[in-house]
Amino acid sequence: MDFNLNEEQEMLRKLARDFLSANCPPSLVRKIARGEAELDPQLWRNMAQMGWMGITVPEKYGGMGGSFLSLIVLLEETGYACLPSLFFSGLIGGLALNEMGNDGQKQDLLPKIAQGELMVVLAFTEPGVRYDAQGITTKAVLEGGNKYSIDGVKLFISDAQHADYLVCPASSGKGITVFLLETRNPAIRCALLNTYAGDRQYEVILNKVSSSKENILGRVEQGWDLLQSVMRKATIAKCAEMVGGAQKALDMTLDYARERKQFGRPIGTLQAIQHYCANMAIDVDAARFLTRETAWNLNVGQPCVKEAAVAKAFVSDAYTRVCKMAHQIHGAIGTTEDHDLPLYSKSAIASRIIFGDPSYHREVVAQEIGL
Amino acid sequence: MDFGFTPEEEKFREEVREWLEKEPPGKFKMELEDEGYGCWGVSREFTRHLGAKGWLAPDWPVEYGGQGRTSMEKLILVMELAKHRAPTFLHFAAELVGPTIMLYGTEEQKRDFLPKMASGKTIICECMSEPDAGSDAAAINTQAMEDGDYYIINGQKTWTSLAHLADWCWVTVLTDPSATPRYKGISSFIIDAKTPGITIRPIINMAGEQSFNEVFFDNVRVPKSNLLGKINNGWYQLLAALDSERCWSRAGMAWYCGEILKDLITYTKETKNGGDSLNHNPLIRQKLAQLAIDIEACRILQYRVAWIHSRNTLPNYEASMAKVYADELSQRLAMAGMEILGFYGQLKRDSKWSVLKGMIGHMYVNSYGKTIAAGASEIQRNIIAQRGLKLPRS
Repeated sequence: MDFNLNEEQEMLRKLARDFLSANCPPSLVRKIARGEAELDPQLWRNMAQMGWMGITVPEKYGGMGGSFLSLIVLLEETGYACLPSLFFSGLIGGLALNEMGNDGQKQDLLPKIAQGELMVVLAFTEPGVRYDAQGITTKAVLEGGNKYSIDGVKLFISDAQHADYLVCPASSGKGITVFLLETRNPAIRCALLNTYAGDRQYEVILNKVSSSKENILGRVEQGWDLLQSVMRKATIAKCAEMVGGAQKALDMTLDYARERKQFGRPIGTLQAIQHYCANMAIDVDAARFLTRETAWNLNVGQPCVKEAAVAKAFVSDAYTRVCKMAHQIHGAIGTTEDHDLPLYSKSAIASRIIFGDPSYHREVVAQEIGL
Repeated sequence: MDFGFTPEEEKFREEVREWLEKEPPGKFKMELEDEGYGCWGVSREFTRHLGAKGWLAPDWPVEYGGQGRTSMEKLILVMELAKHRAPTFLHFAAELVGPTIMLYGTEEQKRDFLPKMASGKTIICECMSEPDAGSDAAAINTQAMEDGDYYIINGQKTWTSLAHLADWCWVTVLTDPSATPRYKGISSFIIDAKTPGITIRPIINMAGEQSFNEVFFDNVRVPKSNLLGKINNGWYQLLAALDSERCWSRAGMAWYCGEILKDLITYTKETKNGGDSLNHNPLIRQKLAQLAIDIEACRILQYRVAWIHSRNTLPNYEASMAKVYADELSQRLAMAGMEILGFYGQLKRDSKWSVLKGMIGHMYVNSYGKTIAAGASEIQRNIIAQRGLKLPRS
């Protein structure tokens, strides 16, 4: 057992921390959230040059060939910087393609993803927002020998407007078929949802979208199982991002508690504040190590059905609790639009829900423990 | 990053399992029964049995009666003992006083005490708290006065766990009452429990059982050779003992709780309310699943403590995190069990209507003490905030 990062992982962590604190300050994150700025194309290119877009893409497809653990280390840092969701969305799309695609599809698209020139996004949830196969109501109907026609609505799809392709599960025949849909198709329309966090979630309307069989990821009507394993990795990736966000909320709070004086002394000397901080630290550490342990198990090929559900439920709740205590300790100033803390507490809203909220995952755990 | 156990460690786990299955802990005579409910069963017989196997202090050096095993192997042993619901409360002597003797004792003291502690033949209780010295452990009043080749000890200790089963007492005393700060005048002695002048009086806990005691010292004559290590060095010895206690006293909790959770799951499946089994009730499913999740968090925090130990460094605030989490988890589990059992949770095991041998209620009434013993949760949170997060004291 070794709780430390290895040398390579530690280098990646430090590089990411330094790069993001210099190039993605909270002021930029806030502007993007308000819709006053976009993610700088140069920043995107720099991240691509460091190999981040293709971090787990195999070398033969132009990526870094890193393990899932490298991805986890990187996402703890993007979460720490509250890097806008575009990066995460692209990573997960690439991950889905790499896990589900055939060699031709991968050769075609993965090198471009690794270069930062192309974006694939997972379009899973629908208005019913369920994570089981029955929740997929988007229909794909075979028309003629080679063409499918796809109808449905995908909802709460992050960064759909910026994607070149959507990984889109649909119900067809006896099962779920996963399509790779080009967003240039005029039968696909994306509309931005106005969220409190200002993140870029979209409604995606699929109106008789035509797709050929070549654009299916995995097997016809048997895409669900493979998609589940992608979803599990995506879930843990999201956990890593939340762990980073929770660490940042704790760090900001500790800085504030050392500086802010009331009654003639720093509030960090007060036992009530110290105990709140201790609770936050327990949450952050347990969340981090549950996430890393599950990532490690996924990386050695364990299915991790229970483990991923445990991690997502715990980390989502922990991040929510940590943000709440961070706000309590920051007092009124933390509740203002110009403060950095709300960037995190608002990002926690979507992170908690996506890939299944804690109640959903508790039910998965309940089944796994024999209830 | 590596969250696996090595093949050698897995082999050791297998060895422990086989041994425990051949000699189930439940067949040994118990002084305090808890059926593995983690409120600490006590069995002198089982403790000796484990000691004879060399597994009471497996991580001690061979020359002091141990097997020189790693902390990860010790963790595996603790896990398996808990999964097999073994009574382990009496093991604290080896876990707590042993490492302190190892660090601070003279060579003669180490050779004299450690092997017999490791074998389970000698139990040493820890006389630390006093009526006016609880969380403020330096505020003791028990004094030792020099008298030729002896010290004369007078005072009162309290909350001494299992003193009534102990052969020796490890006692913190003031040897320099005028020292400021006070902790600089503290020393410690290892005293034969049969020495004239020692009176042990039981304190009956709210579960109706004797687990701790008051220990009175009335002109107790102790040879100078029983002073542990150096004079006026007792505070550091005490801190080392508390460090060790924080690390290991709750090490098995995740697995004890895991076993209790299994009992509760079985109960909900076998029990109907309004025609439907309890396990179909979504509120109960969510509640038990949350406990299963928290058990995993407890487990990973404890893994970290053992891992830090295995690198020959002492866990610091990390052990406080693990302890706070484990104790509060066990309280939540007890509370959840009482809610699920409802009226039946009140019944002691001898009632014809009792369920799960009355052990959920037993765990519940014992659970209040969990977050107080071995350093109250407030003290642990102070440690996390001040030592771990470096928040200022003033």
